[in-house]
Amino acid sequence: MKLVFERPKSLQLTKTHYCPGCGHGTIHRLVAEVMDELNIKEKTIGVAPVGCAVLAYNYFDCDMQQAAHGRAPAVATGIKRALPDRVVFTYQGDGDLAAIGTAEIIHAAARSENITVVFVNNAIYGMTGGQMAPTTLIGQRTETSPYGRDPKLAGYPIRVCEMLATLDGPSFLARVELTDVKNINRAKSYLKKAFEIQLAGKGFSLVEILSPCPTNWGMRPVDAVDWVRKEMVKVFPPGVFKEPKEGNV
Amino acid sequence: MEKILMKGNEALAEAAIRAGCQCFFGYPITPQSELPAYLAREMPKRGGVFLQAESEVAAINIVYGAAGAGARVMTSSSSPGISLKQEGISYLCGAELPCVIVNIMRGGPGLGDIQPAQSDYFQATRGGGHGDYRTIVLAPASVQELVDLVYDAFDLADMYRNPVLILGDGILGQMMEPVVFKERPARELPPKTWATTGKMGRQKPNVINSLYLDPVQLEEHNRKLQRKYQEIEEKEARWEILNGDDAEYFVVAYGICARIAHAAVEMARQEGIKVGLIRPITLWPYPKKAFEEVLSRAKAFLTVELSCGQMVEDVKLSVDGRAPVYFYGRTGGMVPTAEEIFREITKMRGHS
Amino acid sequence: MNRIIIDKDRCKGCGLCIEVCPKKVLCFDDDVVNALGYHPVKAKEGCIACGFCATVCPDVVFTIYKEEKGGK
Ligand SMILES: Cc1ncc(C[n+]2csc(CCOP(=O)(O)OP(=O)(O)O)c2C)c(N)n1
Ligand code: SF4
Ligand code: SF4
Repeated sequence: MKLVFERPKSLQLTKTHYCPGCGHGTIHRLVAEVMDELNIKEKTIGVAPVGCAVLAYNYFDCDMQQAAHGRAPAVATGIKRALPDRVVFTYQGDGDLAAIGTAEIIHAAARSENITVVFVNNAIYGMTGGQMAPTTLIGQRTETSPYGRDPKLAGYPIRVCEMLATLDGPSFLARVELTDVKNINRAKSYLKKAFEIQLAGKGFSLVEILSPCPTNWGMRPVDAVDWVRKEMVKVFPPGVFKEPKEGNV
Repeated sequence: MEKILMKGNEALAEAAIRAGCQCFFGYPITPQSELPAYLAREMPKRGGVFLQAESEVAAINIVYGAAGAGARVMTSSSSPGISLKQEGISYLCGAELPCVIVNIMRGGPGLGDIQPAQSDYFQATRGGGHGDYRTIVLAPASVQELVDLVYDAFDLADMYRNPVLILGDGILGQMMEPVVFKERPARELPPKTWATTGKMGRQKPNVINSLYLDPVQLEEHNRKLQRKYQEIEEKEARWEILNGDDAEYFVVAYGICARIAHAAVEMARQEGIKVGLIRPITLWPYPKKAFEEVLSRAKAFLTVELSCGQMVEDVKLSVDGRAPVYFYGRTGGMVPTAEEIFREITKMRGHS
Repeated sequence: MNRIIIDKDRCKGCGLCIEVCPKKVLCFDDDVVNALGYHPVKAKEGCIACGFCATVCPDVVFTIYKEEKGGK
């Protein structure tokens, strides 16, 4: 018998607290598979700030630091500067990364901090119960945009990859939707590339993953995936926004 | 041993390097700018890390990351910047991470001014951010003491896994005084087995964390922190009493203010007033024992501060109604003269 | 025969795997309520070991083996 699929070693056996159909679980698994394949879990330190993934330290089988809301890139900077030969990643939501932590992510990117950022964009604040996020779509109803996000009142969604791509610092920026087998595999290949770039010392890498939050979107998991495919992708076009020049990695 | 003439801020920076500080993260603000400038020059040459962050919020969180990774780490700022660092300080205390935080205080509130002040006493000694926590607070009164306390600050931080604050002021930071960097034998400190260095073959992952969703666990965590704080209160309080042996009146002052107050005490002695000076060196833990030593003969206390009256509350708590406590303060960057304090000493004697 | 192992106690009943299975091998087991309080998925015969279910499952419920040629 040939093993086709098994649980990655870098993922602990604990059950997660995520809702049914939540993208966080899948993304955790992908990060763990990449850690396995690159054989780096023994020298990796992850940083999980506040958000639905705040308990990620219970799930990954590597050293972890829990960080204040939005500050993960700063915390990761501290770890990486103190221990430059270790692998350091952050795991951040969109509220965390694109609202309260905007300064931290921009400057970590501008410094080309040699870290990897796993950016989970679910267009909403999950942990606090479904408030409007900086990535909430125009017209999207949330607890704090009950009539739909009105750009006159609440402005427009932030496209993080495009924004960071204007900087010279980042080495790798990519966005992918967590919708089907093909794209989930693509998400993994981006994550792997991001970690490889860090291992090669090439600086800042970020993978933005468009991810369903069925609970706060008020949808069945299958419909939530559909919404990512049909609605989110229109506002957040998938693709590679920046990558190192040929010949490396 | 060689005496060098140095500015307070630069002496502090040099002492930090000699005390084994591996990383420094900060954000520019007056009146502490010479400190990061010195470290920006020296750290790269001496194997250390210097990084200017995008804000004090980022700086303190970078400190959190580096401290969690096991490094000896320091940040410095002045009052408005320290306000921004409070989020990080609360997390550092919750996660029990050692680090040294320097506050070269200036006048407040708000943007205030850039003149010397002691108006961050409450913020420093009461925690400053959210939650039940304490930081050890050291208050040097001379450039030499500043240097000596930097070594202690790093050791205390590591011993107790707790942030240590060095509370100075604009005068101390800018003042030039001769200093000696004494070579000290390294203290035996607990190994940082908790640090997130990567598992590197370790059985279980290390986690740096201040989140305890279960209230039973969070209460237990708080109880543990309180036990630690109690131990610090018992063991680490420091103070100095000058002209105290026969004194009936006491001036209480710390930092630069204590030096001016001491001049006033000398003036009062010339006039035959039996007055001494209590100079707290640790502001938290507050040296209550200093008061116990003198309370049997003390007729009154006069607290002098560069603030509208903050430490005076700790003096009152320590005296506990057993003698009158008076206060004299200048604020906004104004500094009292020895004559002003002398007049207050004579008033104190007149009252009692 | 290919082998599909389902860690039923981890299943949260989201149904993503059922949707993605090209052979429609998976369905909810309405007779069972697992430790998390959900009807977990169960597999009928006919798994081709494509691994699609495992790829989309957020809760890492599946382990899958493929029968090798020669039938070891
Ligand atoms: C300083 C601070 N402000 C607010 C919060 C409350 N809070 C916790 S998580 C969160 C938003 C999380 O949303 P996101 O980053 O998008 O992650 P998700 O939960 O959707 O995965 C907020 C506002 C906090 N913990 N700290
Ligand atoms: S609230 Fe949304 S993001 Fe959070 S665990 Fe549930 S589905 Fe996932
Ligand atoms: S995808 Fe996983 S959690 Fe969801 S129903 Fe299938 S086995 Fe259960």
